[in-house]
Amino acid sequence: MNDASRVIEVNGLSLIFPTSDGDVHALQDIDLTINQGDFVSFIGPSGCGKTTLLRVIADLEQATSGSIEVNGMTPEEARLARAYGYVFQAASLYPWRTIASNVALPLEIMGLKGDEIRSRVEHNLALVDLAGFGRKYPWQLSGGMQQRASIARALAVEPDLLLMDEPFGALDEIVRDHLNEQLLKLWAKTNKTVVFVTHSIPEAVFLSNKIVVMSPRPGRIQEVIESDLPAERDLSIRETQAFLHLANRVRDGLRAGHSYDEVS
Amino acid sequence: MAESVNLHVITGEPQAARPYRFRAMERFLFGGAGMLALLGLLLQAPWQISLATLAVALIAFLQLKRSRLLAAIATGAMALVAANSLIDLVDQPEAINAGFWCLVAAAWLLAWGCVDQLSAIKTLSRSYRTVLNVLIPVLFGLWLLILWELLTRGLNVPQVLLPAPSQIGQRFMESRAILWMDFKQTFLRAVLIGYAIGCGAGFIVAILIDRSPFLQRGLLPIGNLVSALPIVGVAPIMVMWFGFDWPSKAAVVIIMTFFPMLVNTVSGLSAAQPMQHDLMKTYAASYWQSLFKLRIPEALPFIFNALKINSTLAMIGAIVAEFFGTPTLGMGFRISTEVGRMNVDMVWAEIAVAALAGSLFYGLVALLERIFTFWHPSVRS
Ligand SMILES: Nc1ncnc2c1ncn2[C@@H]1O[C@H](COP(=O)(O)OP(=O)(O)OP(=O)(O)O)[C@@H](O)[C@H]1O
Ligand SMILES: [Mg+2]
Repeated sequence: MNDASRVIEVNGLSLIFPTSDGDVHALQDIDLTINQGDFVSFIGPSGCGKTTLLRVIADLEQATSGSIEVNGMTPEEARLARAYGYVFQAASLYPWRTIASNVALPLEIMGLKGDEIRSRVEHNLALVDLAGFGRKYPWQLSGGMQQRASIARALAVEPDLLLMDEPFGALDEIVRDHLNEQLLKLWAKTNKTVVFVTHSIPEAVFLSNKIVVMSPRPGRIQEVIESDLPAERDLSIRETQAFLHLANRVRDGLRAGHSYDEVS
Repeated sequence: MAESVNLHVITGEPQAARPYRFRAMERFLFGGAGMLALLGLLLQAPWQISLATLAVALIAFLQLKRSRLLAAIATGAMALVAANSLIDLVDQPEAINAGFWCLVAAAWLLAWGCVDQLSAIKTLSRSYRTVLNVLIPVLFGLWLLILWELLTRGLNVPQVLLPAPSQIGQRFMESRAILWMDFKQTFLRAVLIGYAIGCGAGFIVAILIDRSPFLQRGLLPIGNLVSALPIVGVAPIMVMWFGFDWPSKAAVVIIMTFFPMLVNTVSGLSAAQPMQHDLMKTYAASYWQSLFKLRIPEALPFIFNALKINSTLAMIGAIVAEFFGTPTLGMGFRISTEVGRMNVDMVWAEIAVAALAGSLFYGLVALLERIFTFWHPSVRS
């Protein structure tokens, strides 16, 4: 791999939150490389630092030590260059804006023109099955629909790098499967780089070509599992032997992290 | 007796949401009205009104389950007819006896029953709902006036203590020109101009000091200090600075409205949640973009809160400020001079104008609030 294809490069990164009752080692000694076109999942128990690591990449949190580069720049430069789209764990739509104008918000800030904004909003709302809900206000929609709107909002920016923090956590199984497929199609079509946080082993295995298993206290990387599944996949792959084998490896990795936790 | 029950209306009007208690209440109201009418008949009240009231109360008592609307119309109309005849009688001293007061109470219970029935009507039709929502407070207010009229005239309350509404109304009609000029001077000039400048400046200063924690920490305590300043002390000083005419009153209003707006806007601007800020950060939004697209909308409920508080403060400020030197014009000036001349009806006419203007002003701001913060959990239904 040459340097140009490296999107994210993390070396020896640690992050400590000083709190009133002692320091919290949210991340410790993280080394990670993510290449152009990767679909990387972070998986691990609650509180192991998945969100924190994603926020460091997005320049919403600053590392205490170690180095990190995004597109060869510091995270701050990358953020100011609008290098990524971020989907938060909660939808966080603005209640005074309709769904459509919530999706349009980042586009307005980027200074796009009205026609361009309208067509992107329409396209991305259709992508998450919310066509026809553009005129509604967020509080008139269910939690899952709000979350889909926030995904459309991140996609509308058309970033090369997508950072998604448990985007499908609030959705039912069927919608989740459907959006997983959509996301995979989008990824295969556009050669985007996706960093995806999840709690679900099948979801991580189905989507990713690289699975980062993390463990808590202190938050660190337990294992990075490269997927040997074919790039072209649909939901039926979940019944194959290779899929189940990979899922078991992920589960073992998670268990290893946990047992360490219980001994200490 | 009537007055203590009267208080009961204001504090404890039964709500339709509690149907069972309400049932007992309407029985009590119509039954009570009938009994009082009967008592009035025995105590030599005019027999025509007594009988009619008794009959309507009885019918309502027996038939109200059929139709609330019919019961309301019948009792409401009868109550008004009775009130009208009683007001005609009130100036004849020989007519004022215990029976007379029994009938007053009976008519009033009927009217109360009428409002009760109206507020118990459950309808989904929107226009019907709107009519009811207007009608109920209007009837309520009307009956307050009727009782006021009957009590002041029936008990011969001296005019300096409390004039009857009819006297105030008459004075109002005779002095329309003066009242309008006072209104123009005090409300259209001092209040509105002072309010606009005070609120506008409070908002702008809040934005200006937004990026300076130092100024925020310095200005806000001063704000509290100024809010605590007695208007009695500020008003004469403003007169010395800005002269006798309305600008000095507007200045008092500005001082009174500036800091509530400043303080509310400053806290409103920090009301956005961290995640909403993070969102703006991921878009690399500029300071002004996140100010206009996130922080000001988020601050709107706070800003409207200040606008509402200030609408009341501005009225008080402008009127009281006129007590401390003014040209021979203005609502506060008129109140202070007419009190001196014992023309209490004129004072009450000014009070009526002030109350009306004040409530309309407040109502308008509240309406704008509903329009602009429709999305806020406290507004959306
Ligand atoms: N702002 C903060 N201040 C102090 N501690 C924090 C802060 N943010 C996160 N932490 C701590 O850092 C650790 C990692 O948190 P993080 O949110 O990254 O976990 P996570 O893996 O995303 O968990 P989940 O799966 O529940 O979302 C936790 O122990 C958390 O308490
Ligand atoms: Mg998280």
